[in-house]
Amino acid sequence: MKNRRTGEIFLYGLIYFCAAISVVLLVGIIAYVLYQGLGTALNWEFLTTVTSALKGTKGIAGNIVNTLYIVVITMLIATPIGVGAAIYLNEYAKPGRLVSLIEFATETLSGIPSIIFGLFGMMFFGQTLGLKYSLLTGSFTLTLLVLPLITRNTQEALKTVPDSYRHGAIGLGAGKWYTIRTILLPSSMLGIITGVILAIGRIVGESAALIFTAGSGKAMLKGLSHFFPKMLESGGTLTVQLYLAATAEADFDTAFGTAVVLLVIVFIINILTKLLARKMDVNRER
Amino acid sequence: MKTKQLVEKIAQYVFTFCGIVAIFAVCSITFYMILKGTPALSEVGVFDLLFKTEWKPTAAEPSYGILYIILTSIVATGCAILIGVPVGILTAVFLTELSDKRIGNIVGSAVELLAAIPSVIYGLLGMMLLNPFLYKIERIIFAGSTTHKMTGGSNLLAAVIVLAIMILPTVISVSTRSIKAVHDSLRSASLALGATKLQTIFKVVIPAAKSGILTGAVLGIGRALGEAMAINMVAGGAVNLPLPFNSVRTLTTQVVSEMGYSAGLHREILFTVGLILYIFIMIVNLVLMKIRKDGEKD
Repeated sequence: MKNRRTGEIFLYGLIYFCAAISVVLLVGIIAYVLYQGLGTALNWEFLTTVTSALKGTKGIAGNIVNTLYIVVITMLIATPIGVGAAIYLNEYAKPGRLVSLIEFATETLSGIPSIIFGLFGMMFFGQTLGLKYSLLTGSFTLTLLVLPLITRNTQEALKTVPDSYRHGAIGLGAGKWYTIRTILLPSSMLGIITGVILAIGRIVGESAALIFTAGSGKAMLKGLSHFFPKMLESGGTLTVQLYLAATAEADFDTAFGTAVVLLVIVFIINILTKLLARKMDVNRER
Repeated sequence: MKTKQLVEKIAQYVFTFCGIVAIFAVCSITFYMILKGTPALSEVGVFDLLFKTEWKPTAAEPSYGILYIILTSIVATGCAILIGVPVGILTAVFLTELSDKRIGNIVGSAVELLAAIPSVIYGLLGMMLLNPFLYKIERIIFAGSTTHKMTGGSNLLAAVIVLAIMILPTVISVSTRSIKAVHDSLRSASLALGATKLQTIFKVVIPAAKSGILTGAVLGIGRALGEAMAINMVAGGAVNLPLPFNSVRTLTTQVVSEMGYSAGLHREILFTVGLILYIFIMIVNLVLMKIRKDGEKD
């Protein structure tokens, strides 16, 4: 009897220890990154200038702009396709071979590691389509990467729209497209937005799929006329810059400064998705 | 009326097209991986490539054996799973069975945030904290050794630890979901029969949730196999037998570290390495789908 008791205490201890690991890791990571990043690198100049030996400045403004470019272009392409795919699967398709094939493909796509996407993007968009290392190549590659995320979130949201809405609309004489546009999409908007935000988080954190597609350029946007040409130039996002700073450039000030910026973005995204999830729950209870 | 029908038809075609994009993407990725990955196999010879250990792509007499690289990927992933999965399952047990709401929320949020942190940050911290620590241990263990090449702490062990940490959130969230889905009547029945809480958890709840937990473990395998940047930052990067204190290279880091400057046959082999990784991942994916399907049947 006594033996069993000590055994149980040991097991309880082990469980609490394991649960503590996650918290300790997170707190440790945040504390260390802030301690290293806030002390030296991070200031206004770091966020608004580009690293240049000539001017003696050190900054990641170019990388911030590149990240924005990639996020916006990727989402502009991926959101309509992902949402469209979800609408097809939920509203149009009849169970059959095509549906299971699409679902199989979506699942497979979500399991492929980003380095493979990177290789494919480099070969297909970069070489075959001739886009070389550019923000556009990176965005096209990431479109494939975030597609499953958006499709799945939209599907979940569409599933929660009661069938009575659909029957009601059709009964009133609305066509399918009209129903989708005026009833289904607005009702599932929160779910779609959640998917989009999660996808943005994935893009911001991505590095392996970008280093061989978007490259590592640091240049800033040179005025408005440069807005579109920049898409065809190479540009490293924040994560790629962090990687290069920590390895090839051995510039740990920049690495930690960038890490702080990334952590802040991750936090904002996390809070946003939580707020949206809460809002969706409230809507459902009503 | 005509235009309305036309719009409906167009909408249907557009949505169908969106659905097919995913199929098209998977097919073209597979096609390109095979197209670019196979030429080197015949040029170097399947045996020389896959079963030789020497990797000297730029030497005067180059040799392209990637056996150690494949082995390292398997060993690193396996060890990371052995550490990450038990810790993840026990954390999930804590979250679902033992914690009160407030503490559960704190741990749950921590897990969510860990999942969202970019892999390069894990790599950066591994470089700054883990590698120096492992270097200290390495210097003690190999103090008198003449054969050991000091790695400065950048070795397989560092890769395994970073990977174990990185798969943790996946394992925790998937296991938590499946343990939560276990019906309360099972727990009540077990407790009513006189089993203690822990006996109930380990002999009733976890076996009932096993297909979900297995899913988490397999997802972890996929994640660990495919992780590139963080490992490249902490694992040293020399092609070696996967021993704890050896500087090593995995399938992913092989591609990341040499794609930038390689050319010709050397580059083709990197695509072959990518193809091998792709095949591994496809196997993991298929296993995953099989487990999910079996789970649905139960």
